[in-house]
Amino acid sequence: MSTLTSTRTTADTLTFAQSTWLVAEREVGSKMRSKAFLISTAILFLGALALVIWGGFQAQSTNGTPVAVTADAAQYVQDTPGLEVTAVADRAEAEALVEAGDVDAAVVGDQSSPTGFTIVAESSAPTMLIMGLAQLPPVELLDPNPTNDALRFLVAIGFGIVFMMGAMLFGATIAQSVVEEKQTRVVELLISAIPVRALLAGKVIGNTILAMGQILVLAGIAVVGLVVTGQTEVLRLLGLPIAWFAIFFLFGFILLAALFAAGAAMVSRQEDIGSTTTPLTFIIMAPYFLVVFFNDNPVVLTIMSYVPFSAPVGMPMRLFLGEAQWWEPLLSLAILAATCVLAILVGAKIYENSLLRMGARVKLREALAG
Amino acid sequence: MLQLSGITKSYGGRRVLDDVTFDVRPGRLTGFVGGNGAGKTTTMRIVLGVLAKDAGTVALDGAEVTASDRRRFGYMPEERGLYPKMKVLEHIVYLARLHGFAKTDAETRATALLEKLGLGERLGDNVETLSLGNQQRAQIAAALVHDPAVLILDEPFSGLDPLAVDVVAGVLQERAAAGASVLFSSHQLDVVERLCDDLVIIAGGAIRAAGARDSLRAQYSSRRFELVSAGDAGWLRAEPGVEVLDFDGGYAVFDVDSDETAQRVLRRAVAQGDVASFAPQHPTLAQIFKEVIQ
Repeated sequence: MSTLTSTRTTADTLTFAQSTWLVAEREVGSKMRSKAFLISTAILFLGALALVIWGGFQAQSTNGTPVAVTADAAQYVQDTPGLEVTAVADRAEAEALVEAGDVDAAVVGDQSSPTGFTIVAESSAPTMLIMGLAQLPPVELLDPNPTNDALRFLVAIGFGIVFMMGAMLFGATIAQSVVEEKQTRVVELLISAIPVRALLAGKVIGNTILAMGQILVLAGIAVVGLVVTGQTEVLRLLGLPIAWFAIFFLFGFILLAALFAAGAAMVSRQEDIGSTTTPLTFIIMAPYFLVVFFNDNPVVLTIMSYVPFSAPVGMPMRLFLGEAQWWEPLLSLAILAATCVLAILVGAKIYENSLLRMGARVKLREALAG
Repeated sequence: MLQLSGITKSYGGRRVLDDVTFDVRPGRLTGFVGGNGAGKTTTMRIVLGVLAKDAGTVALDGAEVTASDRRRFGYMPEERGLYPKMKVLEHIVYLARLHGFAKTDAETRATALLEKLGLGERLGDNVETLSLGNQQRAQIAAALVHDPAVLILDEPFSGLDPLAVDVVAGVLQERAAAGASVLFSSHQLDVVERLCDDLVIIAGGAIRAAGARDSLRAQYSSRRFELVSAGDAGWLRAEPGVEVLDFDGGYAVFDVDSDETAQRVLRRAVAQGDVASFAPQHPTLAQIFKEVIQ
């Protein structure tokens, strides 16, 4: 081994950015070599592809909802797309066809009905028919481009589940990686070489790259899938919301990643991760359930679209529904970004104060002190 | 030279380090001994900047140690830790790069060092598949790969078989010979005794003794002598100022009350018969340690 003076000339002091990048690179590299990660990612991508294609079949199958129509009701359905009309003489014949199952429903003239007709169906009226009929002139004037209910639900689930899974998967990854370093004590070696904040930043950036990569591939699958299955109409509606979703996800994930890292730093063993990260898990799951149950409730969606933790799901959803003004995503993004900065500052504090405290869980008050 | 002065650290009102002051000289191995909970690990962590001190200074060549100085420190924590799922070579390369080496340079160094430590065959294996002893070697590589000017090793020999102890000791001596300041702690006092040039003894968070090993030995030696002679040394028992501790024919170990008494005994021994050896008996490190920490 050579002398100290001659060998040291080859090593330079790393900048903060270089240290951070080295850490990020390792995070990405170690994840990309995990078989479990690769397999689960492949399953996720295949699932997304299946969802898009299934959506395509759904859209096509709706082109032929069989209905029986009496002559006096024909005027109400003649402009309705997606119907396979069977002309019948009177109501009795229509009901017979419905009972026999030859048609899903019958549209019959009815003077007592305010719309002038009645739908007769077996046990429930076909959604596609109701939706189609909802485009009657008075409705069309109010909302000329209504969003299909099934599609709305599908999109809500899509945004909700992609956000939840992405945030959960990589939130858990960053938490595990923080605790692994604590548990194996490699953290002492790391922070004797680089600043604690560079280590935290590297972990957050590395996992954000992975999470964003996954989101972008999913977005790509959605777009390509929609084009291939001929759902260009859906794509026209979804393109912008998907782009906004990606942007919101980026900030939303950084926010969560900083909190996950901080939470994980407070414990010393993998078994204890849950004790500090469970609240974060609920925060991640909440937007999914809210958007699934309240995707037709503008008030809930509006609140969701401004709360930083649910904005990545809420705002794209509102954009898809055409409920948001052009400036709303920008305002919401600004709120999210500000929260993000705050979370990074608080997270870094907790992380720094907890990283070398082994054994029992560090109390939040102690982690924030000093 | 690494100088610690007046280092104090408390955990919630309990003082774990109290005015810790000692030097770690370049080109020498400094042994750091103390019982469990004496403050060795805390001291080392403070030197590394991994832990904040309450008071005192850590200086390198007269100037307070900065973060960039610390990039030139090598550290082996008490609790061993490497990423279990990283390959050995890759791991050491990563640490070298964190210390500022370019990728290819880091690879060259890491490979050479691991081969020297006897891990040449295991470069591509995951750390977790190595035996405990080999993980220990990898850990030492992690501390050395960036050619540190200051080496802080917390129990580098624990868990090593005698052969591995020699390999590691050899590497440390080599680093010291190249001009590094090396501080290592150990519970294996015989190993410390054999290796170290300087010694620091800590107990209850305070330094009880520090200095060159030989001068400490001289300082703590009671006036104990060993005599090996041809004749019967039984007359020693009757000598005034002499207390015989061990006796067997011409062999005796005894304490004297003064240097004069020792000289008198030597003269008489020579007069009684051939003297093969007459020498002051230095206390072992274990003896000094016990005496100092009381």
